[in-house]
Order: sequence, then C-alpha cells, then structure tokens
Amino acid sequence: MIAVIIIIVILVVLGIIFAGMYNSLVGRRNRVDNAWSQIDVQLKRRHDLIPNLVEAVKDYMSYEQETLTNVTAARSAAINAGSQGPQAQAQAENMLTESLKSLFAVVENYPDLKANQNVLSLQEELTATENKISFARQFYNDSVLTYNNKIQMFPSNVIAGMFNFTTRQFFEAPEGDREVPKVDLR
Amino acid sequence: MYEQIRRNRRASWLLMGFVTALLAALGFAIGAAVLGGTRGGIGLLGVFGIAAIAWSVLAYYSGDKMVLAVSGARQVTHESEPQLFNVVEEMTIAAGLPNVPAVYVIEEAAPNAFATGRDPQHSSIAVTRGLMQMLDREELQGVMAHEMSHIRNYDIRFATLVGILVGMIALVADFFLRWSFWGGTGRRRGGDSNDQAGAILMVVAIVLAILAPLAAYSVQFAISRRREYLADASGVELTRNPLGLARALNDIAADPRPLRHANRATAHLYIENPLKNKKTKEVSGVFDTHPPIHKRIAILLEMAHVGPEALAPSRKTAALPPPHDAPPPPAAPPA
Repeated sequence: MIAVIIIIVILVVLGIIFAGMYNSLVGRRNRVDNAWSQIDVQLKRRHDLIPNLVEAVKDYMSYEQETLTNVTAARSAAINAGSQGPQAQAQAENMLTESLKSLFAVVENYPDLKANQNVLSLQEELTATENKISFARQFYNDSVLTYNNKIQMFPSNVIAGMFNFTTRQFFEAPEGDREVPKVDLR
Repeated sequence: MYEQIRRNRRASWLLMGFVTALLAALGFAIGAAVLGGTRGGIGLLGVFGIAAIAWSVLAYYSGDKMVLAVSGARQVTHESEPQLFNVVEEMTIAAGLPNVPAVYVIEEAAPNAFATGRDPQHSSIAVTRGLMQMLDREELQGVMAHEMSHIRNYDIRFATLVGILVGMIALVADFFLRWSFWGGTGRRRGGDSNDQAGAILMVVAIVLAILAPLAAYSVQFAISRRREYLADASGVELTRNPLGLARALNDIAADPRPLRHANRATAHLYIENPLKNKKTKEVSGVFDTHPPIHKRIAILLEMAHVGPEALAPSRKTAALPPPHDAPPPPAAPPA
C-alpha cells in the first residue's frame, strides 16, 4: 500500500516537472515568434518609407541615378525575400541597409537636401527604423539563443524531442558590421 | 532581473502596509489625546486607517499621474517630438517590453529625466527640454535605456509609492505640528482636563516633529543607491554602448542648474539628483539619493574600455554654438 502511494507521489511530482518544462518551452517559443514579428513590423515600415525618400530626393539628385536605382532594387529584393526564411531575408535586408547608407552619404554632398525639412524628417524616421531593426534583431537573437539552449540541453531536450520543438535560426548582422574596416593608405 | 522584480513588488507591499500601520498608530495617539480615552483612540485609528488604505490605493493606481503633474510634465506625441519618441520606441523594442511608455516633456533648461508608473504596461518617461537640447541621439539613447531599465525591473512602482506615501507622511506630520502648536497654545487658558490634553498634544507634536524629517530622510534611504548602478548597467545591456550614457551623465553633471519642479519627495526618481543643493563631495553620504555621478561615469568608461578623454567632445554641444536657436545659414537674412 505504502509502495503504491510512493509511486503515485513520484509520478505526480514527475508530471509537475514535466508540465513545467513543457510550458517554459512553449513560452520561449512564443517569445521568439513575437520577437520575430517585431523585426517584421520594422522591416515593413522601412519598405514603406523608402519610396517617400526616393521621391523627395530624386529631383535634387539627377546625377546620382545609380544610387537611387540601387536602393529601389534592393528594396524589391528585400520584399521578395520576405517569404524565404530568416537567413535569406537577413541577407536581402542587409543589402538594403548598405544601399541606404550610400544614399545618405551622397545626401551629405547636397546642402539643399540637408536643409530640406521633408528629407530631414524622413532621415530621422529611417535612422530610427534602422535602430529599431537592429534592437529588434538583438532581442530576437537573445530569445533564439535561450530557446535553442533549452532545446539542446538536458533535461528539457527530452521533452523538446517528444513534442517536436525545433531550433530557430539567428538573424545575422550585416557582414560589414563585423569586419574590421579596410584602410587603404596610398 | 526577475529577482529584482520580486524584490520591488515585495517592497511596494511592505511600504503600503507600513504606512497604513504608521498612520493608524498616529490616529490612535491623536484620538486618545484629543477625544480622550481608548474609545477615542480606536475611533480615530479607524478613520486614519481607512484614509491610509484609500491613499495607498490611490497612490498605487495614480501615483504616476500625481508625480507627473507635480513635475510640470506635458505629454508629447510622435508628431511633436519625433526623435525623442523614436528613441523611446527603440529602447522599448530592445527591452522587449509589450508597449511603449507615455512620453512627457518638462519645459525646463536643467537637464534631467525620470520614469514613473506601476508596471511596464502603465509607465511614463519624462525628460526636460534642456536634456533634449544638450544630448545627441546616442546620449539620449543611453538615458532612455537607463529609464527603460527602471521600468522593466519595477523600480518605478516602488519609487513612485515612496514619493507619494512618504511624502504624504511628512506633509501630515508637518500639518499636525503646526495645528497642535497653535491649538495647544490657544487651549492653555482652558480648564484642567484641557490642559492635560494640551500637554499630551504637545508630546505628540514633538514626536511628529522628529518623525517628519525622519520620514523625509527615509525617502532617500529607502531608494538604495544600488538601483542607479543597476539601471546604468542594464541600460548598457540594451544599447550595448556604455559611452553614450557616460557622455550623457558627464553633460548632466556639468550643468549646475537645479530643477525647479523637483522636490524632496520626487528627487529620488530622477536620473541624477535634481536639487543640486549640496556641494560636490567625493564621499557619498548615508542619505544621498544618488550615487556620486563621477563614480557612475567611471564604471561606464571601464565597461567601454576607454579613458576619460573619450568624454570630452560631446558631439552636439561641440557642434552647436551656445545659443541653440541660431537660424540655419541659408535662411539668415543679410542684414
């Protein structure tokens, strides 16, 4: 009789631990999904802002058609990559970031543009959106890290295997941000 | 961080309980003295107790509104202050908080900022106009990350309650001190029993006279200076840029102006002591609300692996001529 009670107690305790680990896995997976949707919101916002910026600057920059075309092309590529998973999307979005950087570098050469209120406020919005993307990416990657750790570490990996929790991909930072800038002294 | 949240929640409940008990005891003392006997004491105990509970509930749910009103803060939108609003949004995203705090501006030149509210869903951040004019985007980001950390770990709940509840004790004590002083002297000419009551009242008044400054000191003492260090560190965790906050604190420390809208009850909420009435000391006093700002800057510089020379050129203060309202070159008229 006592043996039966002990077994029941052990089973109940195991069940509680089991449920706790399962719930924590679900919570972390939801946080990753939520963090991803935050990135998505900001990426879409950037896609929406770019046509306005191109429209605002194109009359001033008739000699810089190539820069503008690059931005527009990178934007379409990024929108198309949206359905191809974090890695492909990260790559396309990073291309877009680079093309925007060179556009803003060119804007610096046009005093008229730098004084234009419309361009200034668009620039602030795009800067903010860039920052939001990188902070959302930071939060997403942190969430993915803790989630993947949970899935791969014992004992929660047992439950993760049973219920088919799979690891998530990181959203990689742009290549340029990690490399040491090359200095050409000539 | 979760440990800090739990500690703040517990401290908030303890504070509300403590203040209610203290006011109820005060009610008993005054009741026993004025109305006479245990019955009068218990009667006033009930009245004070209920009032204290009501005040605690009010402080919990609208303490943030009171603090903002006292500070002369005005709510702004994305349209009116795009950069400030964007920076707050960026930090909200970095902290992974569910919604963006309400953003307020205090129209004063002294640079400072604070956060208030009861939890991340009900929170506000207020900055002074002077802070916005003085700091560049990176520095502003550092300050907002510091405030966001206070919001994220529920410092705002405890700090707001301390401001409202302890501030009120000082107020009540002050009021009764004055009232009993005038009342007591007026009644001195009455009969014997009144004389006795007057004497007890004087004792209560003396006790209150000691209690009032003690309450005010405990405002400062309860807010452990460790919270500021902690918020600095977790703010850097959000921006990953210790230098931004270090430069911002350096600029704030360099400004000698006190904030007119701040008082002893709200001073501990700000990122740096807004009263600035004390001489700058190297050693920190027991009752200081804020750790010495030079120490905070030194810690941040250490995180950034740079020396104090990195502080020197604050880009915005260096780039802008002293009068901030200088017109842009193309718009300047020839004469």
